[in-house]
Amino acid sequence: MSEHKSTYEPKTGIEKWLDARLPIIRLGYDSFIDYPTPKNLNYWWTFGGILSLCLGIQIITGVILAMHYVASADLAFNSVERIMRDVNYGWLIRYTHANGASMFFFAVYIHMFRGLYYGSYKAPREVLWLLGCVIYFLMIATAFMGYVLPWGQMSYYGAVVITNLIGAIPVVGPSILTWLQGGFSVDQPTLNRFFSLHYLLPFVIAGVTVLHVWALHVTGQNNPTGVEIKSKEDTVPFTPYATIKDGLAMILFLVMFAVFVFFAPDALGHADNYVPANPLQTPNHIVPEWYMLPFYAILRAVPNKLAGVLLMFGAIAVIFALPWLDTSKVRSMRYRPVMRWFFVLFVITCVALGWCGAQLPTDMVFSMGEDAQGNPIGLSVVLLSQLLAAYYFAFFLIIMPWIGLKEDPLPLPASISEAVLAKH
Amino acid sequence: MGEYKDPNRRDFIYIAAGAGAAGAAAMAAIPLIGQMNPAADTLALASIEYDLSKVAEGQQVVVKWRGKPLFVRYRTPKEIKEAQDADWKTFRDPQPDSDRVKKGHEQYLILVGVCTHLGCVPNFGAGEYGGWFCPCHGSQYDTSGRIRQGPAPKNLEVPDYTFLSDTKIKVG
Repeated sequence: MSEHKSTYEPKTGIEKWLDARLPIIRLGYDSFIDYPTPKNLNYWWTFGGILSLCLGIQIITGVILAMHYVASADLAFNSVERIMRDVNYGWLIRYTHANGASMFFFAVYIHMFRGLYYGSYKAPREVLWLLGCVIYFLMIATAFMGYVLPWGQMSYYGAVVITNLIGAIPVVGPSILTWLQGGFSVDQPTLNRFFSLHYLLPFVIAGVTVLHVWALHVTGQNNPTGVEIKSKEDTVPFTPYATIKDGLAMILFLVMFAVFVFFAPDALGHADNYVPANPLQTPNHIVPEWYMLPFYAILRAVPNKLAGVLLMFGAIAVIFALPWLDTSKVRSMRYRPVMRWFFVLFVITCVALGWCGAQLPTDMVFSMGEDAQGNPIGLSVVLLSQLLAAYYFAFFLIIMPWIGLKEDPLPLPASISEAVLAKH
Repeated sequence: MGEYKDPNRRDFIYIAAGAGAAGAAAMAAIPLIGQMNPAADTLALASIEYDLSKVAEGQQVVVKWRGKPLFVRYRTPKEIKEAQDADWKTFRDPQPDSDRVKKGHEQYLILVGVCTHLGCVPNFGAGEYGGWFCPCHGSQYDTSGRIRQGPAPKNLEVPDYTFLSDTKIKVG
């Protein structure tokens, strides 16, 4: 289905003139109007469009915030407060940007779980998946550096803890750390370069997104059955069908977004970040933003600093390897009765890891009395994190390859069209 | 693979040009990467002098050094004794107290106040070892700043410092 013939016919003189010189209208028409879309796409498929919207919102609000923000260790905090109090609509734009990051990650996690469930990473879509992973990794880097910019206590100590992870690398770690921080601690040079990179990376994300969509349009979209498009019967044109469906999903998504911005703008943040950064006083409880908590839990699950750092980065790296870890011939878990349950358990594991990341490691999930020294016995957060992290890695490295070989999949429909008609 | 041909002048020029371009790219990378290392003014602030007579016995003063807190602690005789008598060979990062202070100035303990786990600032006076307790992940240090319990891998760092006079030190 990769070879979709262009059906664009320039009608006006201007269109004909332009089409012979730069066929950009043709590209847009073929990609977003006449593009054949599987007719059985469900609402889980609307998050790609939602994510483009999120990126657009972040770039627009971000560029505006940069007009008022001052990247100076002495002035950054006050400049953000000035945006909140004095700049016209500054509060709205900053709350949109800050909550927008959370919305962006919320959407990307759904998008990734969707890809995982329906096998959208499997051949021939490996490059599409890899590009998505690159975007996700860039998002993490961008969000982390953006969180540092207000120069509050959480900003500062977030930067301290995360940059110090690099220092765990043997031999060269400390030199790289000094190079990264531009000094002997997180300070003015660190803030300034993070601002520069935080401004740059979203445009890199936009560039990789273009590649992501390009790769998508070469292979064609996956769909809930995981069966490839076989005939024209299986598809509908992108416009109006996908356009309108994506549009409705975007509106609903924006409603949720607005609820946060207008009614609970600080619900996803930390009060400590409204305290100016103080290098001499650490807040009592340092936690990253919610979307990084699962990885933070994996980091803390291991008592060894280097091993923790390696496992945390490994947790992201293993997602890249997914297309080559899944041995199943069937794409969609709709037809994989065993794997489906491991997937459900995996989603629960990720959420539970996130919960663990927000607790103090010494906290108890539940205790069953005390030992002779008066220490509580039972399930500690660290132990739970270890169990969950073990499942996280086992899912990719053991269950994926093994179940794929052992499982008896359900019979696949002959085509998308047949699967749709069978329901009616 | 085709049959082997002797490299001719054109091959030589291609390889030489390619190697030249690669060398030029590598040279260009030096300033582009090196600019992120600490600048001259940052390095200029890298050492400070401090007058120890400002610290009373049993007191700890926190000074900012290289953007990090520096603990200047005037230890009590009890703390010194605890630090010296501890069975340091069994510690995670074994180090005798004598290696962590200057001879003849055992009462002064100078430490970088940054937890060796993930960089938080430990508080004095909490924990079971009479020293510092890190509020972030629960690392505990003794009266010599040595790690005794918790996730931190190393003792609190003792910076390079020298006594300029009996009461004055230069750190860094």
